[in-house]
Amino acid sequence: MESKMEIDRIRRIQGEKKSLIVIPKSVWAALTLVGLVILWEILSKLLEIPAYILPSPIEIVSRLVKEISMLWGHAIATLTEVILGFGLSLLIGIPMAITIVYSRYLANSIYPIIIGIQCLPMVSIAPILVIWFGYGLITKVILACLISFFPVVINAVNGFRSLDKEMHDLGRSLGISEAKIFIYFRLPNALPHLFAGFKVGVTLAVVGAIVGEFVASERGLGYLQLTANARLDTELVFVTIVVLAIVGIVLFLIVHLLERLLMPWYHANKAGGDH
Amino acid sequence: MSNYLQLYAVDKVFHTKTGDIQALSNIHLNIENGEFLSVVGPSGCGKSTIMRIIAGLDKPSNGSVEVNESELKGIADGAAIVFQKDVLLAWRSVLDNVTLPLELKGITWFDRSNHQTNRAKALELLESVGLKGFENKYPHELSGGMRQRVSICRALIQDPKLLLMDEPFGALDALTREQMMYDLLKLSNKYKFTTVFITHSIEEAVFLSDRVIVMSERPGTILKELPIQLTRPRDNHTRSNDIFSENVNEIRDIFQSQGILAEN
Ligand SMILES: Nc1ncnc2c1ncn2[C@@H]1O[C@H](COP(=O)(O)OP(=O)(O)OP(=O)(O)O)[C@@H](O)[C@H]1O
Ligand SMILES: [Mg+2]
Repeated sequence: MESKMEIDRIRRIQGEKKSLIVIPKSVWAALTLVGLVILWEILSKLLEIPAYILPSPIEIVSRLVKEISMLWGHAIATLTEVILGFGLSLLIGIPMAITIVYSRYLANSIYPIIIGIQCLPMVSIAPILVIWFGYGLITKVILACLISFFPVVINAVNGFRSLDKEMHDLGRSLGISEAKIFIYFRLPNALPHLFAGFKVGVTLAVVGAIVGEFVASERGLGYLQLTANARLDTELVFVTIVVLAIVGIVLFLIVHLLERLLMPWYHANKAGGDH
Repeated sequence: MSNYLQLYAVDKVFHTKTGDIQALSNIHLNIENGEFLSVVGPSGCGKSTIMRIIAGLDKPSNGSVEVNESELKGIADGAAIVFQKDVLLAWRSVLDNVTLPLELKGITWFDRSNHQTNRAKALELLESVGLKGFENKYPHELSGGMRQRVSICRALIQDPKLLLMDEPFGALDALTREQMMYDLLKLSNKYKFTTVFITHSIEEAVFLSDRVIVMSERPGTILKELPIQLTRPRDNHTRSNDIFSENVNEIRDIFQSQGILAEN
């Protein structure tokens, strides 16, 4: 009787939800963005701002289209550094987080050091990396890795530690090994934390790669921007900023999409933060 | 009835930073095969600790636990637990939550036929607690009472010899709670498992049980073992039975004489 009432109630609620016309949230963001760009275009024409101070959106876009193949090459260079660097920080960071969670010794020795190092501005290490590793790919990959490493590790440790005691006991009561508990309970339970770390990490990896290109490079968007700046080619500077923004957003969206794919249960589960 | 489980002179002391806490003191307890046993006692008296010791999740500091006359080492075989919280896995559908124990215990990973029987078994259980049609929902789409019923199914799918329940209905409203009691009685009658049921509610304990264990405040000791003479099946009329109110009052008197319950 009571369960039937509940079934009916839930069906009703779901029915209500479906009957609404849903406007994707992204539409609002896109409209706002377009509006701001139009405002910029109008203002830069009205106030006759010279292009070397602030080029107008149309100028930026037409330059972008004109230089697309050159930009593509630099973007690929930067992307390679970002992906290698971020991949490396996952490759080292996740196993490290797992050992920290399972080893009291590491939790007491390494983990505080990691948290401490995190407070250093990683960018200040860039010049030393140049001395050690030269002007090649390695310097940028290491910088991207270093800078994205800490959010990945710290969020992963928090995530792996966030397993409920009762949930752990449930696993134990089923008589399964700690390794199986990790795969079936601890890891999926940690996914929201892991992805929070990935999102911050991948964005920071871009920062690392760009800083690396500032100090040591002949290729990449950071290098391109630096040289354009030196030539007072403000238009090209803005073009690279736009491309960088696109690169950053695309990477973020990829992580976000993966998150949605892997945890369809998570977002519907939360009251705030996503409306 | 034959003896299933025995606690002999069990003590439990927790060593904490702020000093030792004695949770249980000198607990002697026999549990018969097929019996429905309830444990009532004030908060913090060690009810959950007893359950954890029976399940093998915690070791007694002193004394011993025997299952079928052999000492319990490690996790108790054939025991399934319904925790105070439902601890459903948010990332698994209702059906996958229920089949989880079989998936983890068995070699069913590559075995599709087994997979199918597991599913069928889970669906049958879900139907028996009124959750038909919800098997593909995720836990967050269910109400508290429905979630707890899923966790009961997850325990029952293991074909437990011993079902351990730690205040499973504690978080539910009075109406749902009553429904769950009937559901539980039905299931226990159908599957014939031994039950240890932990609760704060004297009425609940008397209504469900063959025997009620009354515990003192911490350190928990057993004040009284009260056999409940009510006939089965228990139903709506059970509560108006004289034996029911006598038993409830007797337990209430014990708590009153201990100063655990005071009228003013
Ligand atoms: N892991 C632990 N570490 C330290 N002390 C503990 C631990 N578990 C339980 N205790 C202590 O042991 C006592 C009994 O705890 P237990 O959880 O068994 O009580 P309970 O009867 O289940 O209470 P409630 O009805 O509120 O759930 C409490 O005083 C508690 O503080
Ligand atoms: Mg408890």
